[in-house]
Amino acid sequence: MRSLLARREALLVLACILLLAAITARFPAFSTPKNLAGVFNDTSILIMMALGQSAVILTKSIDLSVAANVALTGMTVAMLNHVAPGLPVIVLIVVALGMGMLLGAINGFLVWWLDIPAIVVTLGTMTIFRGLAFVESGGAWVNAHEMSAAFLELPRAMFLGLPVLSWVGLLAIVLAVILFTRTGLGRAFYATGGNAVAAIYAGIDIGKTRFLAFVLSGAMAGLCGYLWVSRYAVAYVDVASGFELDTIAACVIGGVSTIGGVGTVGGVVLGALFLGIIKNALPVIGISPFWQMAISGAIIITAVVINARGERVKGRIILRRKELPL
Amino acid sequence: MSDQSAVLSPRHIPDRLDGPFKRALKSWETLLLAVAIAIAIANSLASPYFLDPWNLSDATFNFTEKAILALAMTFVIITGEIDLSVASIIALASTAMGAAAEAGAGTPVLLFIGLGVGFGCGLFNGFLVAKLGLPAIVATIGTMSLYRGIAYVVLGDQVYKNYPTDFAVFGQGYAFWIFSNEFVTFLVLAVIAGVVLHKTIFGRQVYAVGNNALAASFSGVRVRRIKFIVFLMTGVAAGLASVMLTSRLGSTRPSIAVGWELDAVTMAVLGGVGINGGTGNILGVVIAAFVMGLVTFGLGLLNVPGIVMSIFMGLMLILVIALPLVVHRINNRRRTAR
Repeated sequence: MRSLLARREALLVLACILLLAAITARFPAFSTPKNLAGVFNDTSILIMMALGQSAVILTKSIDLSVAANVALTGMTVAMLNHVAPGLPVIVLIVVALGMGMLLGAINGFLVWWLDIPAIVVTLGTMTIFRGLAFVESGGAWVNAHEMSAAFLELPRAMFLGLPVLSWVGLLAIVLAVILFTRTGLGRAFYATGGNAVAAIYAGIDIGKTRFLAFVLSGAMAGLCGYLWVSRYAVAYVDVASGFELDTIAACVIGGVSTIGGVGTVGGVVLGALFLGIIKNALPVIGISPFWQMAISGAIIITAVVINARGERVKGRIILRRKELPL
Repeated sequence: MSDQSAVLSPRHIPDRLDGPFKRALKSWETLLLAVAIAIAIANSLASPYFLDPWNLSDATFNFTEKAILALAMTFVIITGEIDLSVASIIALASTAMGAAAEAGAGTPVLLFIGLGVGFGCGLFNGFLVAKLGLPAIVATIGTMSLYRGIAYVVLGDQVYKNYPTDFAVFGQGYAFWIFSNEFVTFLVLAVIAGVVLHKTIFGRQVYAVGNNALAASFSGVRVRRIKFIVFLMTGVAAGLASVMLTSRLGSTRPSIAVGWELDAVTMAVLGGVGINGGTGNILGVVIAAFVMGLVTFGLGLLNVPGIVMSIFMGLMLILVIALPLVVHRINNRRRTAR
């Protein structure tokens, strides 16, 4: 029992249940299965991008450009759809995935080949990507009536009682579990962040591993670019503004260590759900959306403090931080 | 990728020539200065309005506030940390000043509040990073949304603009003829920052912490205290920048100074401060501030929209770090081939 409670995932499940119970006490309608499914659907995009982000953070890097990637990819596919409405949606999805991967590969390449710290690279590409979305569209919006029906329908289409968007989220979770726990690449993610020097001696190319983590994060962001734009039926330059913080927050809340090497898929998913429940509950319990930023900031700080406490128990590895920069 | 653990100096400009003069000629600062002059020439060719002294004087408003952030950010980055919350501190300090101004506070009180909020935010950042030992990136990402979030909570969709008329002196006044108060303040602060970083024991300790915190602590440097102080410095610098910006705009809205943390980091890095800590100097950062000011001013004269300018800033940030590394790598390859 004690070891179960000590686990981050169990604590998070408990936190989510307490949160739901508190909300339900005042607003019973919040916890109906239908509404909870809606909350999951709302959170699917965050879950997917947080999984990509967690791969990057596991390798002791950080990807601040994911939200800008969503904006640029989303704008591109929306404009493509506007210009050529006849193009099948599957082509647009492939374009979105490919473009997201390409943008992620640019980040990964700079980190891999030139050893530039990830935070600098992605701080730069963050503004570049969003700027390109502006250049591409001239600052204009692509509205719902300019998009084709098939483009808009897909994430909403119901399949076995859940929207396709939710299914994509579930699929991403399953794939991530397999990737993180059952493949060599998944082990390499952990090894690179856990102890880079040992990883090199074990024959892992840490540069390449980081590159692949960035490609994965970019691919998730690209796919979410399409999903975001079609779900909200509008594309503009400021889409997903600040969302990179939410993905990092989901990872940190879920127990992914920001110095790399520690974290689980389950934790990330629960961290994202925790944020998703709060975000969905705020308007229900009558708190203005202006509070959202302050609350998520406070949650991030609390989660980081708790994480740091958890790491301290295991003993501190001196010099770990100086081996390789974040 | 065999030399992954080797420490690459990001500013290494291949140099087989020795002697102080030639080294100075090949230094990063000289290169930056050349870039600044080239941009100035390009600007004056591109637009006939560039060389107008009043225009040039106005152009300083583009960058002085950010440059003040960058001066403090230089200290933080040299210690091997980063402060991403500076822009949000500006928003929070501006909100506090706006609320006080609505309540009828006078200019000295507003100045005190602006600097005080900056100090308080810096205190909290310093507490998180230096006392609790949290990674600065995540801690300041958290405070970044916390501080701006509080500004949103207080302001909502309002705008504060009931500032007393004499409050405008910080952002709109001129000290000597066409030299604005902001510009003069920046120059004075730059000199102070240069002296503190390069001529005092504290400055040496800042470098020591960034180069090797463990070795520094063994040689008696109080690492945590140094980190605490540099975060206090960015906080106060952000408070001061907030006073100037608010006074210049004469209004406060929660989206004030969005994205400025990027500009401050870019300025420092462009000025030759190694992002991994331990290297850099103030002169480079000051020249970099002028370079960025000239670029923004030139692009502004050519009617380039702000968000497109940010592409240039992002590209510059990456190129500036990447170019010396690429040159270094190519040179290495050539050396091993021989």
